[in-house]
Amino acid sequence: MVTNKVFVVDGARTPFLRAEGKLGPFSAADLALAAGRPVLARMPFAPSAIDEVIVGCVIPAPDEANIARIISLRLGCGEQVPAFTVQRNCASGLQAVASASERITLGYSDIVLAGGTEAMSRAPVQWNAAMVTWLAGVMRARTGFARLKAMAGIRPAYLKPVFTLLLGLSDPLVKLSMGQTAEVLAHRFSITREQQDTYSQQSHERLAAAFDAGHMRGEIATLYDTRGQHFFEDTGLRRNSSPEKLAKLKPVFDRGYGSVTAGNSSQVTDGAAMLMLASETAVERHKLPVMGEVVGHAWAGVDPRQMGLGPAHAVAKLLQRHGVAMSDLVHMELNEAFAAQVLACQAAWASPDYARDELHMAEPLGSIDIERLNPEGGAIACGHPVGASGARLVLHLLHTLKRKGGGTGVATLCIGGGQGGAMLLQA
Amino acid sequence: MKHWRLELADERAIATLDVAGSSANVLSREVLQEFDDIIAELKNKPLTGLIIRSDKESGFIAGADVREFQHIDDSTRAAELAHTGQQVFNRLADLPFPTVAVIHGYCLGGGLELALACSYRVARDDEGTRLGLPEVRLGINPGFAGTVRLPPLVGAVAALDLMLTGRSVSGKQARRLGLVDVISPPRHLMNAAIACLSKPRTRRKLPGSKRVTGVWPLRSLVYGQALRQLKKKANPDHYPAPYRILELCRQGATQEQEVASLGELLVSRTSRNLVHVFLLGEELKRQARKHAHDIKHLHVIGAGVMGGDIAAWSAFRGFSVSLQDQESEIVARAIKRAHELFKKKLREPRLVQAAMDRLMPDIAGNGLRRADLVIEAIVENKEIKQKVFRQVEQDTPPTAVLASNTSSIPLEAIASALKEPSRLVGVHFFNPVAKMQLVEVVRGAQTSDATLNRARAYTVAIDKLPLVVKSSPGFLVNRILMPYLMEAMKMVEEGLPLKNIDHAAVEFGMPMGPIALADTVGLDICLSVAEELAAPLGIAVPEGLRQMVERGDLGKKSGKGFYKYGSKGQSRTRRALRKSSEVPIAERLVMRIVNEAMACLREGVVQDADAVDAGMVYGTGFAPFTGGPMRYVESLGETGVSHSLHQLSEEYGERFIPDAGWSQPDLLVRNVAS
Repeated sequence: MVTNKVFVVDGARTPFLRAEGKLGPFSAADLALAAGRPVLARMPFAPSAIDEVIVGCVIPAPDEANIARIISLRLGCGEQVPAFTVQRNCASGLQAVASASERITLGYSDIVLAGGTEAMSRAPVQWNAAMVTWLAGVMRARTGFARLKAMAGIRPAYLKPVFTLLLGLSDPLVKLSMGQTAEVLAHRFSITREQQDTYSQQSHERLAAAFDAGHMRGEIATLYDTRGQHFFEDTGLRRNSSPEKLAKLKPVFDRGYGSVTAGNSSQVTDGAAMLMLASETAVERHKLPVMGEVVGHAWAGVDPRQMGLGPAHAVAKLLQRHGVAMSDLVHMELNEAFAAQVLACQAAWASPDYARDELHMAEPLGSIDIERLNPEGGAIACGHPVGASGARLVLHLLHTLKRKGGGTGVATLCIGGGQGGAMLLQA
Repeated sequence: MKHWRLELADERAIATLDVAGSSANVLSREVLQEFDDIIAELKNKPLTGLIIRSDKESGFIAGADVREFQHIDDSTRAAELAHTGQQVFNRLADLPFPTVAVIHGYCLGGGLELALACSYRVARDDEGTRLGLPEVRLGINPGFAGTVRLPPLVGAVAALDLMLTGRSVSGKQARRLGLVDVISPPRHLMNAAIACLSKPRTRRKLPGSKRVTGVWPLRSLVYGQALRQLKKKANPDHYPAPYRILELCRQGATQEQEVASLGELLVSRTSRNLVHVFLLGEELKRQARKHAHDIKHLHVIGAGVMGGDIAAWSAFRGFSVSLQDQESEIVARAIKRAHELFKKKLREPRLVQAAMDRLMPDIAGNGLRRADLVIEAIVENKEIKQKVFRQVEQDTPPTAVLASNTSSIPLEAIASALKEPSRLVGVHFFNPVAKMQLVEVVRGAQTSDATLNRARAYTVAIDKLPLVVKSSPGFLVNRILMPYLMEAMKMVEEGLPLKNIDHAAVEFGMPMGPIALADTVGLDICLSVAEELAAPLGIAVPEGLRQMVERGDLGKKSGKGFYKYGSKGQSRTRRALRKSSEVPIAERLVMRIVNEAMACLREGVVQDADAVDAGMVYGTGFAPFTGGPMRYVESLGETGVSHSLHQLSEEYGERFIPDAGWSQPDLLVRNVAS
């Protein structure tokens, strides 16, 4: 079997724009284009020299079927570059990078543009089934009278819209919203509201500090809309956030007695991140600058009711497979879907019971040093455009590793439906 | 037959036009004669129909052969020629079987008139298909029965609009107007044409709303309105053709009246000059197209109004463009303007998106790496420009053309910072980029031929007219314009009313008076250009101008210049004329122009008198019916001009002393297009 090394040679992301309750200024394809264009421009080869384009996206717009192909053509890669879209819920962006690296490893491709994009603010709002049935009846009616009769059958309830975003953020089997799965974890690991809020406050502070220090400059491509506005900073970042303000927010998922609030959850946002992956041959042929190597990745399944524990399992699998200890990691990017969920993963790694009963390990992995975990904040501050986050974590991880002088790191996410994904990278 | 190909199959005839030795089909006498022979041959055959089409990529028929116009001196002869054409088309219309024109690309002037004589018109459904009657732009009326056949087909309002503006419409718009019967994608064009032939031959009736305009009193209302509109736009003394067209349509003129009018107009000075100007433009394009530009990616540095608009225009014209500036704020404004341009020009959302996708905002300068052409449009500062180009030279492939949009810094000075100075050329665009056709392509002493030619080829590829000028202060257009503006300001200082000055210039045929022009351009910009040119050209900068700029009265943009303006830039000053003065305003203004134009010729700023005319008409709108300043000089006679200059210099000062060039008659010899 061919086993080629896989390198990330470049990448960029858009600033993440918080959904404001109306359609955002960019479609998912627009966002991917804004992130992909500078990456392509920096390459010494023409866009048509790419072997394929792989993009993760959870809810593309109705006119964005196989959005990867749309993005590829709009980027000017040309008709002859094939493209496909991947969907693994919150880890779709990571899946795109994983698929790209697998295809390079196996020798199918040498250069792959991979990433993720999501315009959550533009998630379609649909008619419900009753409305669709009524409409079909009206359209089928042949005579004027039959049509009138069919039309008369309409009921006010038919007008109730279906918000696909809300459906996407609920588990269809266990009938819990993602926020409720975080409540389950907070309960199981006795994570208090204060702990969650403290963690969230730190996420905002860390991201603000990273912007102020200029650490994000190499990573973010400025977004320009058609109305003269431009964006560089993630609009979800609240520089004026404080523990007092966070404490005032009401629980939104388990109203009444819960602890998960809008303030200690990731934000609904629009954004994209794109990476250029290359084989060793391609790196040599084009003299590409190497950001880091994709060493491997792992996927794991967990109880959908506790989907937030996905990273605990995926990271354990990954580190065991590659013989790496938690303490060997210079840096970990663990997607902040919910503060409770991040803290639950930490608790699970530290727990000997959890290691034995759930991870089937003799010794616990140990939790990761908080200084090495999401040192520039995470999705609580910058937002979680579901399809894009996985690619953002890889990009940011590599930038940070480089700044810290190299080493090994992990990018990991929990995945709605009860999964975890993790990728081991070296820079 | 040389130009036509006739096929007979399935009881149908297909006549295909492919004019020999030309990239576009034009209706020369020879082509018409052959077509007449075809009609004669088919007339008595038992056919189900005739299909007329073109084999040219560029389109159906681009019109009559404009070059033939120049050799006709006699109005009766001109009318006779047009009459011959009319008769050919009448014989086409009288064929006993249906006829259909299959139209793609250009279908203009005589080409459209041929199509109008057919029973049906089928057009390709794309933006590249353009139908129109642009004769008015050459100072004539349609002469192959266009004024007779068009109004009944599309109604008086649409017919007048097409013939008076000379604008062209796409296939889709033509379908909406009723100008064509069917539009179709290329794959079904011939099927659509064949389907037309088997239709029962009924004349399509105009919808009632369009027919009523033919009925009194609506009829006189329509024509009255059109006349009022026309008077606002064209002076009948300078441009008689649109008034003739209006009159022909109003009367419901016969074909004989149409050709009689055409004959008179064709030999008129106005038409002669408009044809001259048209051919000058065509010649600039032809020269520039001789070379390949090999430019795929353009990188623009400086996203201000000029840089941003150059980038947007180039992206609109299909180039891949990156736009760099230090400030995201400035790039954001440029992107917004670009989006407005694309929306206005392209309309279709997908086309707008594709144009936006071609235009990459690029603070980091990533686009330099694969740039084939770099255009710099930053602040006018030699050191900064040198620094930028030094960096650009490092970051671009060695084959890239480097260009500066500078209007005031000598190219040679900027080029001295380069390792390979021959790569640098000037491309001087005018504001607003989307409207101004001319681009001065500036040849520095160090510019190589290859660089110059690629810059010209790029300019014509974005649908602008490249005029090669020597690197010298003000190049051609600004240099000639400045004395004209300064003279106007001098007259203001002398106490002449503003309106009288502007009125005199507009009466002469300028698109706008000099004072209004200065206000529109911005007085600060006028002052800085004037100050640059003051020393090398010996121009006196009026003190009043300086004071106005110091006061912050910058013209339209600040709400006050010579005139006052409202918040939307509309004029707030009443424009009544005061009683005429004794001062020869127009003469003083125009003589400054022609004298400076002569100086440019003498110094070799441009190649010849034709280039001066092209530059001034396309770059400033200098009265097109005069054919440009040097053509105007010819009409007055050089001695007459020298004489006027002498007299003016005695009365108004040394600035009118005739340039030394007036005593070198060879400078006025024309090399091109005459």
